[in-house]
Amino acid sequence: FSSEAVEVDIPTKFETHHLENAPAQKATTTKDEMLGYFKLLAVMRRMEIVCDNLYKAKMIRGFCHLYDGQEACAVGIDAGLKPGDSLITAYRDHCHMLVRGGTVEGIVAEMLGRTTGHSKGKGGSMHFYNSAHRFYGGNGIVGAQIPVGAGVAFKHKYDGDGGVCVACFGDGAANQGQLYEAMNMAYLWKLPVIFLCENNHFGMGTSVERASAETAFFKRGHVVPGIRIDGMDVYAVREGIRFSAQRCRDGLGPIYVELDTYRYHGHSMSDPGSTYRSREDIDKVRSTRDPLERVRNRVVELGFASTGDLKAIERDIRKDVDDAVEAAKAAPEPDFKELYTNVYDKNEIPIRSPDGYSHAFA
Amino acid sequence: QEMTVRDALNSALDEEMERDERVFIMGEEVAVYQGAYKVTRGLWQKYGDKRVIDTPITEMGFAGIGVGAALAGLRPVVEFMTFNFSMQAIDHVVNSAAKVHYMSGGEVPPPAMVFRGPNGAALGVGGQHSQDFASWYSSVPGLKVVVPYSSEDARGLLKAAIRDLNPVVCLENEIMYGKSFPVSDEALDKDFVLPIGVAKIELPGKHCTITAYSRGVHTALEAAQMLAGEGIEVEVINLRSVRPLDRATIIASVKKTNHLVTLEEGWPQCGIGSEICATIMESDAFDFLDHPVRRVTSADIPTPYAANLESNSFPSAQVIADVVRRVLNKKRA
Repeated sequence: FSSEAVEVDIPTKFETHHLENAPAQKATTTKDEMLGYFKLLAVMRRMEIVCDNLYKAKMIRGFCHLYDGQEACAVGIDAGLKPGDSLITAYRDHCHMLVRGGTVEGIVAEMLGRTTGHSKGKGGSMHFYNSAHRFYGGNGIVGAQIPVGAGVAFKHKYDGDGGVCVACFGDGAANQGQLYEAMNMAYLWKLPVIFLCENNHFGMGTSVERASAETAFFKRGHVVPGIRIDGMDVYAVREGIRFSAQRCRDGLGPIYVELDTYRYHGHSMSDPGSTYRSREDIDKVRSTRDPLERVRNRVVELGFASTGDLKAIERDIRKDVDDAVEAAKAAPEPDFKELYTNVYDKNEIPIRSPDGYSHAFA
Repeated sequence: QEMTVRDALNSALDEEMERDERVFIMGEEVAVYQGAYKVTRGLWQKYGDKRVIDTPITEMGFAGIGVGAALAGLRPVVEFMTFNFSMQAIDHVVNSAAKVHYMSGGEVPPPAMVFRGPNGAALGVGGQHSQDFASWYSSVPGLKVVVPYSSEDARGLLKAAIRDLNPVVCLENEIMYGKSFPVSDEALDKDFVLPIGVAKIELPGKHCTITAYSRGVHTALEAAQMLAGEGIEVEVINLRSVRPLDRATIIASVKKTNHLVTLEEGWPQCGIGSEICATIMESDAFDFLDHPVRRVTSADIPTPYAANLESNSFPSAQVIADVVRRVLNKKRA
């Protein structure tokens, strides 16, 4: 029963640009798979809430961009790809790291500046990577990850390994010139890259209507085909990515995917997120489109689990996340010698200290 | 045997592409057109569209694509038609390429790639197309920056740069491309590489040290020749690399000559000369100086167009010789 296939509807219609066909408005899944998505979404939700608390407790420093509301994007993208495919994103990267081999403990430890962090405490909230899982960051410069992602796709094509790279960016970065430079070359060279706009409707505090002359982002590739997907529905994202990745694998070149999503938190922790939108706006999305609630409703409707069962699962997750945070807190800060390591591939170049009296061969 | 700097670079690219399938070259006009300055001549015919790739005129885009390809494991050589245009892409050199290894705590290896092209003063092209960016790139941790002067330098440093496991900026010089130099059999070997970060004493001397790089070495040697007739023996150091900077060689030379003049085609403020002055100030070589260090640089202006103005904005052999005489307290002979 748990691995028996069932069909679920994708209620929001896929909108396409320059495409002859579109993904079906249905997806096939199983009880195990659906409960797996529920758990992953719930872990992400809980992790981001905990980060919010840790930031307010002044334990997380600097910039911190939370992902709650957008969780179905990270989960759906990963579910729609194959092993060997690549991913790159911007600074709102905690949950992308979680699906690319990260752990809650490693992610939180990184933000707490601990040696057990995924980047040994040297990257922080905006700089997660995982080479083994072909996750290339974690880029803090708006739009810069887009051509870099096209370059990763260039490698897939060069090697002919059938892999695809997803380059994620927000609606703010969608206006960056380098997106258009990268799309032009990717289309000319038929690179297997998905230009993926996570449209959460605000670039910092500026709404898409105030920043973009054309707000239908999926049409902005001009000759590059595009598709708009409900980014609050994990199955819609999965099916849309699977469809888009297959086009790339078939040698048809890039595609511009727009995920229609929403973030509940402000842009970063310094933004209360309420000067440019109302509390009611946020509540309306929460009550009608929330990605976690959607999966919860499906689970219950299909009789895979009861509301009570799901509450119990969430209680366990809460405890697991809390335990991970405690473990992260207990970990030591990076060793002082780490200051001078990883500047170059080999530790052959003397690295100067601030006072200039010592040089470490780090 | 003689070889032009252009051919030296061309042969270095050819040999490294032959040696390693992962090496490819991308940039504006590198393929069908055979290179804006013909450095990539013949490579497209030999290696084809897959490995010699013409890009649109979009530096930020193709520099970023190069970084991504390197992160994924290829060995890109990204040609900037000139480094003036690299300003459009400098974010990818500094933020995407140079820092990723550190920011990932070593999780991601540094992108092993080369950004190369002509840099420095060119002739008659005005303010936006004639300037030296050595000090800009040399200030960035995570980058290596090589500055070849001769054909031997060009071969040895470019080949070393392509094999290096870090991002390397290779600053060539348009005016030097056509200059011919003798090359040794050793330098013609397919595995000839020069260590990055080691300077070369191009001309030994005992009275005054001149540090120079790229075309500046040529000008410094001219000045040295003028001064030789006056009994002044100048030691010319060809830096070969401005990051890492071979401080030990400079310091040893200053201890020997007790005088130092730095030379560059870049602007004076925060230049390579400024860095070398600071290096001497912070080392025991300071106690060996018989005269304060002097910097010879470009004038502190955007490059002018008119020939008479232009020639006065960059250091000539005469200017260098005059400065050396002043430092040594000698009258012109």
